[in-house]
Amino acid sequence: MADVNRGNRPLSPHLTIYRLPITAITSILTRITGNALLVAALMTVWWFLAAASGPEYYDFANAVITSWFGDLVMALSVLGLWYHTLAGVRHLIWDQVIALDIKTAESLSWLVIIGSVALTVLTWIIMLIA
Amino acid sequence: MVELALPKNSRITTGKTWPKPEGATNLRTVQIYRWNPDDGKNPSVDTYFVDMDTCGPMILDVLIKIKNEMDPTLAFRRSCREGICGSCAMNIDGINTLACIYGTDEVKGDIKIYPLPHMPVVRDLIPDLTHFYAQHASIMPWLETKTNTPAKEWKQSIEDREKLDGLYECVMCACCSTSCPSYWWNGDRYLGPAALLHAYRWLIDSRDEATGERLDNLEDPFKLYRCHTIMNCAKTCPKGLNPAKAIASIKKMMVDRAY
Repeated sequence: MADVNRGNRPLSPHLTIYRLPITAITSILTRITGNALLVAALMTVWWFLAAASGPEYYDFANAVITSWFGDLVMALSVLGLWYHTLAGVRHLIWDQVIALDIKTAESLSWLVIIGSVALTVLTWIIMLIA
Repeated sequence: MVELALPKNSRITTGKTWPKPEGATNLRTVQIYRWNPDDGKNPSVDTYFVDMDTCGPMILDVLIKIKNEMDPTLAFRRSCREGICGSCAMNIDGINTLACIYGTDEVKGDIKIYPLPHMPVVRDLIPDLTHFYAQHASIMPWLETKTNTPAKEWKQSIEDREKLDGLYECVMCACCSTSCPSYWWNGDRYLGPAALLHAYRWLIDSRDEATGERLDNLEDPFKLYRCHTIMNCAKTCPKGLNPAKAIASIKKMMVDRAY
């Protein structure tokens, strides 16, 4: 309730005192991963553009992307991508007005977290084999 | 808009530590948010020590004991002491609930009590609910009919009456709306879980004849669609209701009537 009927009154504390349930944490993580993935996508586009603009610039871009930092960003992106996908599927389920009771919603939240980590590990294994 | 930090006049300072009661062996530390509109100071958190051997089992008992025996200036709302009036809604141990039906044994460690989150504070634990009530009024929380009024009552089958279960029990304590981050950031335009649960209660009432108008009224990027299914509302509701599900049901009604 931003500025309604405030006058001189203080605003009561919120984020700093609230014990957020798992459904709230998985909700904000969906938004965070969604925004972070945009950065990873732009980085990939930059890599392609570098490839199109000539061998010297590509060498530079490729060095950044394949450095430990690039590896870290891409590895986290895989996690973010899986997480965001699973959270999206969860939301599609909720849009049917099912699985909205607290117990099921919390189970789905843990499923999204554990599922995204498991699928990330699986993706790495497949990539390392291939 | 999202403002993570509290405004300058709202930042919390360390308050007074009240003396321990003499001879008490079963003490519980209670930290309570205080703000006095008359002294021009910022809010603070006062620390009290309550003798649990001479105190009732509920958080409300603790507050009343402090007010009676230690600090008569402590202000909070309360009335029915059995979870039906919704007056003593506050933030206890990090969740919103009713002080009268929340046991002291449900809290581990120090008992921390704040007013309902992200609300203008009138004094101590009393939030200003004016806007919250206005939002409730805006969804027309009454029966709207067009056909002639029947000679006796508006009838409803048992099956249709059952659709209102889990909705009509709401006591408008504001625990759910003030637990919702969307309501924190956009409460001026987003109606919040309590008002939307009531909106759904009238939307599915078989006797109501204004379903279309009600949906038109909610068809808005902010009023309804700021709900992102965070589910704090359902988790915190002291009556065990599920506003998140009611809101999802309204969204589904919107889609169903469009196709």
